Amino acid sequence: MRKVKSLVLAGLLAFAPALLLNGPVQAQENAAVAAPATGNETAAADSAAKAAAPAAAPAAPAEKVAAPPRMKPTPGIGMPMPGEITLQKQFSPTGHTARWLHDVMLLPIITIISIFVLALMLYVMIRFRQSANPTPSKTSHNTVIEVIWTVVPVVILLVIAVPSIGLLADQYKPAPKDALTVKVTGYQWYWGYEYPDNAIPEFVSNLLPRDKAEANGEPYLLAPDNRMVLPVGRPIKLIITGADVIHSFAVPSLWVKMDAVPGRLNEKTFTIEKPGVYYGQCSELCGARHGFMPIAIEALPPAQFDQWVLSQGGKPKGAGAATTAEAGAPAAVPAPNAKL
Amino acid sequence: MTTITADHHGDHAHEHHDADHKPAFFQRWFMSTNHKDIGTLYLIFAIIAGIIGGGISGLMRAELAQPGIQYLQTWAQFSDGPNATMDQAYHLWNVLITAHGLIMVFFMVMPAMIGGFGNWFVPIMIGAPDMAFPRMNNISFWLLIPAFTLLLGSTFVPGGTGNGAGTGWTVYAPLSTSGSAGPAVDMAILSLHIAGASSILGAINFITTILNMRAPGMTLHKMPLFVWSVLVTAFLLLLALPVLAAAITMLLTDRNFGTTFYDAAGGGDPELYQHLFWFFGHPEVYIMILPGFGIVSQIVSTFSRKPVFGYLGMAYAMVAIGVVGFVVWAHHMFVTGMSVNVKMYFTAATMVIAVPTGIKIFSWIATIWGGSISYKTPMVWALGFIFLFTVGGVTGVVLANGGVDDVLHDTYYVVAHFHYVLSLGAVFGLFAGFYYWFPKMSGRMYNEFLGHLHFWVFFVGVNMLFFPMHFLGLSGMPRRYPDYPEAFAYWNKVASHGYEIMAAGMLIFFVNLIWSLVAGKKAEGNPWGEGATTLEWTLSSPPPFHQFETLPVID
Repeated sequence: MRKVKSLVLAGLLAFAPALLLNGPVQAQENAAVAAPATGNETAAADSAAKAAAPAAAPAAPAEKVAAPPRMKPTPGIGMPMPGEITLQKQFSPTGHTARWLHDVMLLPIITIISIFVLALMLYVMIRFRQSANPTPSKTSHNTVIEVIWTVVPVVILLVIAVPSIGLLADQYKPAPKDALTVKVTGYQWYWGYEYPDNAIPEFVSNLLPRDKAEANGEPYLLAPDNRMVLPVGRPIKLIITGADVIHSFAVPSLWVKMDAVPGRLNEKTFTIEKPGVYYGQCSELCGARHGFMPIAIEALPPAQFDQWVLSQGGKPKGAGAATTAEAGAPAAVPAPNAKL
Repeated sequence: MTTITADHHGDHAHEHHDADHKPAFFQRWFMSTNHKDIGTLYLIFAIIAGIIGGGISGLMRAELAQPGIQYLQTWAQFSDGPNATMDQAYHLWNVLITAHGLIMVFFMVMPAMIGGFGNWFVPIMIGAPDMAFPRMNNISFWLLIPAFTLLLGSTFVPGGTGNGAGTGWTVYAPLSTSGSAGPAVDMAILSLHIAGASSILGAINFITTILNMRAPGMTLHKMPLFVWSVLVTAFLLLLALPVLAAAITMLLTDRNFGTTFYDAAGGGDPELYQHLFWFFGHPEVYIMILPGFGIVSQIVSTFSRKPVFGYLGMAYAMVAIGVVGFVVWAHHMFVTGMSVNVKMYFTAATMVIAVPTGIKIFSWIATIWGGSISYKTPMVWALGFIFLFTVGGVTGVVLANGGVDDVLHDTYYVVAHFHYVLSLGAVFGLFAGFYYWFPKMSGRMYNEFLGHLHFWVFFVGVNMLFFPMHFLGLSGMPRRYPDYPEAFAYWNKVASHGYEIMAAGMLIFFVNLIWSLVAGKKAEGNPWGEGATTLEWTLSSPPPFHQFETLPVID
């Protein structure tokens, strides 16, 4: 056990610079969930933990529970639409606030400013053309107007800044105690999802080939084979990291985007309001198949989510679920979504 | 700005002997110490690089015109051999985006703005005979040749999955370290080192020239705004580029000598690279646009026949943009997992930049207000610049909001934003300056009709090309994707057609350029009339090989 402790310490030390930059929120996470994502240490810690604590191996196999049927996506929900000129419909509380800020404040303000500048320009271009105004004035100063066009933008920016800062505070509210933690790992070029709260080891999520996606009625390049399944209405806490290079976990319809950085554990908290399938794509250049590692979140009502957890051999909430840092054996990959 | 009247202390009298003695061809163009010749070399270089960089964007728009991979596999056979795999085709895509970015930033806009127009007109505008360090000026230019060669050459050597550096122009670690085996990325990094050294030397030269070689009476507050813009730009270069050099040197040692500056497994941090890169990278975008501000100020004043409105405000707005530009870098990193306080700070600081930018926009309009506008080609480009830069600026205010950026980060909204301020801002500034000074540089007038036609076709093309990218970004299309879901097909198609129109516009430009050089009407010393008050218009077109052997005196 002493060995394990020192390994954890070493892991923490390796993260020290990241922790210093990232503040206390992630520091806690590090201690709770981290199996350090960096190469050798992970392997060492894993094997050490397994050797030291055989008793912690998964309990007796759970009774066979069928996974809920793979949810069909709804066009226009959780995905872009052809010819769309707006943000995607939002399905999380911070998403609503953020979209409000964009649609009700920012977009009108910048449109009005652009039109105002255009109108001014058209006016001077016509009014002061050579034929209409052959003798130019020599005016080159007007203190009042210069003060006005300095102060007015400042006021506009203050008006924007207040809700904008409020939104940031909202987005960074720490997750409550009962939040469901899912660990997301970006790989070249697929995603790995692990449910430490439910003792579901990591499974991977790959691009669904075109023929299968089409047969399934799912959008090609947005649909992966295995989805991340989450409960509706319960706060979700994603712990996001990268295994090789930087990736970025993004789901536009939930207003979620967070880089998956090797050697760092980033946290993103959100709540999903409605059942549905929400698609996203890797959003940080990560090599050749950067465009081919899609993301899909399938949000289920809590009862169905528990059923899914059981079907994966995991423990639903309240069933004595414990932190299971040692359960991260990516070799055992169950198929989380029963039928493709 | 006060009107500058030069006292022609007989510089015409000298024109016929010493002033116009030109060295032989090789000595003149390959061993040049003449700021005008070096400026010309820079402009030729930038045009060639622009053709290559613009051609690459044509390849990208062709591939993106419809969903699916249409051409990449075929192209990959040229770069990776006849048995190129699909992954190598995808890697080629990343090579294309990387090359397009690096070429346009380091080998097109910067050489044209600073090396080209800066070299040509800063010494003349301040009444100096040449740059302070003419030989250093020469090496500044010639360093660009090996830099560009290295970058182009990197396309043909292994860079990970396929040939070429596929890291994006940002060269983020660890994709650029452990993620890209092979010499391609090393070559690209060395290319940046050399291009950076070239720019640092150039910056030193400009600062020294402007601070020490102004003609009698040319105080700092009488300098034309273009000179102000180059002065601020030179300081930005001098302070930002060494940081880039340090950052990419650490990339090199991480790649080749086992250091772990950017590797958490060895106690480093990939985010460190991003902080260093953007500490350079954000001032860099102002480096590209500030000279454009200066050019537009000169042109708007010339063709409205009115002095610049709020001269001091204009000059110090540029200084303010430069200073604030150094403390906003992490808005490029809003989704890297920074703490909430840091994000709030960078949101607020970034918004502040809108204030000096607004001052500039309104001052340009106020300069025109009450003027007597003649719609010559440069003026039309300058007006296009003002409006399109405003559009690019306001989307910058949207992106400045860290909470909103969460969904727009790394999407086409960002691509639209920075192409509006650069491709439609800096490039419009470049064309405005090119038409404005073409008669002065070549001694011949361009064709006014073709100039206007170029503007209108280009204007329609680039707006059709880049405006739909806002929509794509809002609905969530990520950057740097060779293929996309069906839903994004519509606006991508529109954008690709926009590229075709833009390319037709460029064709008109080159026709105009060649026609004017060969058969253009001879230009007078000052073809623009009483509105053109800066010193270059007091000289002949083209100016004598050495001007101001007797310094002009500014009233």
